[in-house]
Amino acid sequence: MKVFFKVVLVLAVMLSFAQVEAAQTINGAGATFPYPVYGAWAFDYEKVTGVKLNYQSIGSGGGVRQITERTVDFGASDDPSQPDQLQKEKLFQFPAVIGGVVPVANLEGIKAGQLKLDSNTICKIFLGEIKIWNDDSIKKMNPGLKFPQGEITVVYRSDGSGTTAIYTHYLSETCPAWKEKVGEGKSVKYPVGIGGKGNEGVANYVKRTKNSIGYVEFAYAQQNKLGYAQLKNKAGNFVEPSFASFEDAAETGDFDAKKDFYLWLTNAPGKNSWPIAGATFILLAKEKTDSNKNVVKFYDWAFKNGDNKAKELIYVPLPKGLKDKIRAYWKANGLQ
Amino acid sequence: MTREQLRKAEGFAALLLSTLAAFLGLFWLVFILGDVLVHGIKALNLSLFVNDPVPPGVEGGGLRNAFVGQLLITVGATLMGVPVGVLGGTFLAEYARGRKIARFISILADIMVSVPSIVIGTFIYASLVKPIGHFNGWAGAIALSIIMIPVVLRTTEDMLSLVPWTLREAAFALGAPYYQVITKVVYRGAATGILTGILLSIARVAGETAPLLFTSFNNSFFSVNMGQPIASLTVTIFQYAMGPYENWHEQAWAAAFVITIFILLLTITGRIIIKWRYK
Amino acid sequence: MATTSKKNPVDTIFSFVTGAASFTVIVLIIAILYELVHESAPAIARFGIWKFLSSTDWNPVKESFGALTNIYGTILTTVLSLLMAIPVAIGIAVFVTEISPNFLKGPIGVAIELLAAIPSIIYGMWGLFTLSPIMSGYVEPFLKAIFEDVPVVGILFQGTPMGIDILTASIILSIMIIPFTASISRDSFNLTPAVVKESAYALGTTRWEVVRDIVIPYSKLGVFGGVVLSLGRALGETMAVAFVLGNNHRITTSLFDAAATITVTLANEFAEADNDIYLSSLFYLALVLFVMSFITLAIAKFFLLKAERKYSR
Repeated sequence: MKVFFKVVLVLAVMLSFAQVEAAQTINGAGATFPYPVYGAWAFDYEKVTGVKLNYQSIGSGGGVRQITERTVDFGASDDPSQPDQLQKEKLFQFPAVIGGVVPVANLEGIKAGQLKLDSNTICKIFLGEIKIWNDDSIKKMNPGLKFPQGEITVVYRSDGSGTTAIYTHYLSETCPAWKEKVGEGKSVKYPVGIGGKGNEGVANYVKRTKNSIGYVEFAYAQQNKLGYAQLKNKAGNFVEPSFASFEDAAETGDFDAKKDFYLWLTNAPGKNSWPIAGATFILLAKEKTDSNKNVVKFYDWAFKNGDNKAKELIYVPLPKGLKDKIRAYWKANGLQ
Repeated sequence: MTREQLRKAEGFAALLLSTLAAFLGLFWLVFILGDVLVHGIKALNLSLFVNDPVPPGVEGGGLRNAFVGQLLITVGATLMGVPVGVLGGTFLAEYARGRKIARFISILADIMVSVPSIVIGTFIYASLVKPIGHFNGWAGAIALSIIMIPVVLRTTEDMLSLVPWTLREAAFALGAPYYQVITKVVYRGAATGILTGILLSIARVAGETAPLLFTSFNNSFFSVNMGQPIASLTVTIFQYAMGPYENWHEQAWAAAFVITIFILLLTITGRIIIKWRYK
Repeated sequence: MATTSKKNPVDTIFSFVTGAASFTVIVLIIAILYELVHESAPAIARFGIWKFLSSTDWNPVKESFGALTNIYGTILTTVLSLLMAIPVAIGIAVFVTEISPNFLKGPIGVAIELLAAIPSIIYGMWGLFTLSPIMSGYVEPFLKAIFEDVPVVGILFQGTPMGIDILTASIILSIMIIPFTASISRDSFNLTPAVVKESAYALGTTRWEVVRDIVIPYSKLGVFGGVVLSLGRALGETMAVAFVLGNNHRITTSLFDAAATITVTLANEFAEADNDIYLSSLFYLALVLFVMSFITLAIAKFFLLKAERKYSR
């Protein structure tokens, strides 16, 4: 009996130490889209400042929900919120980095970058109207490629995803049938396919399911050696996803601080623009002044020091002009 | 075939099927455990326990934060759930013995044992996480303790009921008040049984993931602060297994191996104690 | 009942403390019910009860939610897993009680219970990494080849075998719930009085006939209670199924299709529901599940108690 109580006492004392704050922690949650680059930045930031930025990639929907509930210090979402929505929930918004969403397919014998698709075929595939790879419209665009016999397995995001928002925004812009039947948003009712959780989940499913097609942020396609496709952009050219084509799309963007930087970069008009580019945004709760300063400090550091890391992971760092606009926004709102 | 031969043949076939069924059950057990063993051992190394996670794409890294977090959450849950469960079971087996309320609570506890753990997670999110304003380790520990309480309560009640009434009568005859009878005589008699119940309840919650998903959340850094989000082995396994990175998968298998071994050891220990004590 | 002529004050305190501890069970169940109802109130107000339960819409964009696809998936996977688990479980119970040599009874019993001790996330991982490729590579194409063109049964085997579907999820669930039915059945079988069995043997019945005509009918209530308990467990299982179910909110007729269950939907979408009615609908789903499992478990308890009463006579 006595031993038992002693053990309990020791455990309780151990646990009481668990309340002691070791080092400063910033808690963020949201988009899986930028998770590789935020994770890399946080890792380096901790080495330099000792501050731990704990970012959980639970999807843009989660990022918006958790910052609205004020259960995290910042939320991250690729789905930009309109100023009136931000006003209602008392949030600040600014972009952090730009990336691209790419269609990825698991096709035996077809290497990354070989498959060519356009908005029309993608739309029909995801609507379930094109069911096999050996369909005429796909074969016409890819004269040299040999497709397997099987049916197409569509892989989409099962969770509330900004990547989905960017992807469906692109589909709604370019394909009237999609806009009518499915619409756009972080979570849509996909007509066919299986749902994976996070960019990670979709990449995982595409990797292990033959003849599947999904959509992921480019870093996930790179890191997992998935077979990405070329897309025909608005200017009529087939482009590969790359730093250059993302940057081309980013340059056409006119971000406005007065609109809290609300902007879509899809279907960019540039000659070599990647058609499904997008910025990813940080959301802050207006009243959390202290923690906001810490978050802004981190992103300020990242803007100054993180460009190379971002480029390594094929994200486009924000152009200098935009970074200046963001710093002005921070100053104007007392965040810096 | 004669009637008798037919009956014998039918019997043989049926008993053969039953034997096959038993072997099928054993097959699954060996297959699953073997798989966890084979995959887990491959990735099991010191760095897993000593290092913290690194961002995807960077080599190395471990799960130290998840092991520590899991330990803290489980210990926290045990410290909260076990006393409530033991005391509650004591009430049902002693002060309320035979009364309708004891019956009622006992049945309710049995039902509670099988309530989906994810529902308990949503309950704690609504009642603890949202009002406080952030995810925290304590919420996860409390969610687990809610799962533990009915398990410990029922086993305590059962074990205490096994202690013969005459033992209590002897203590009463010596003039002891009831609480002393309980603590000095009955608890001592049922100690191993109650301990087994505690061990089994720990085994039960150590492997839970769903109730931690929206309570203790997760943390990619090492932390011992239960007032903030904290990493846990089970949620990390979930995150890593769902991800596309190969070294995440390896770490998930290794973590799965460690947790499975831990839980199986607890379970087997519990069963052996019961067998040995109550032979 | 223990009564003493003098009321010892420590006794009063101790009985109060222990009583309060036991009352937490009641308090918790009421609290859970209250919170769930409170949080789902907006969704209940918007969709009502019948409409929510019968609507197949799960559309976050159009803010229209219905539970039917989730309930369908939950019930389908549960029923399938029971169909696969119960014969095996009863077979195991028969083996352990009638066939196995005495020295094996203990170890095999423990082994089967170990199946129940394996955490569900391990089942999930194993399902995703090991079982799913086997299913999509060998088992499902095999089944498809045999059954696809068979009338009536064939609709169950349409579509591309991906391995991430209802069939795989149900198989994993069935392995998980075998131990529950098996150990309760074994315990019920053991309670059959030896006298009854011996009289049957004296009349010249075979072993199997004793099992079939004496033991099983005698243990009916206990076995049924065990089955319903397994059902309750399968209803609430989340992690084992989350990896391999595919998360598709649709009513589907093929075993090779992805589906959604209440538990997996909650796990996937709870932290991310970004508008209030969405979150409220998820709480509504949790409430539906809570009620479903509570009723199931109450039924199981009812049968088990009846069996207990019958045997202790």
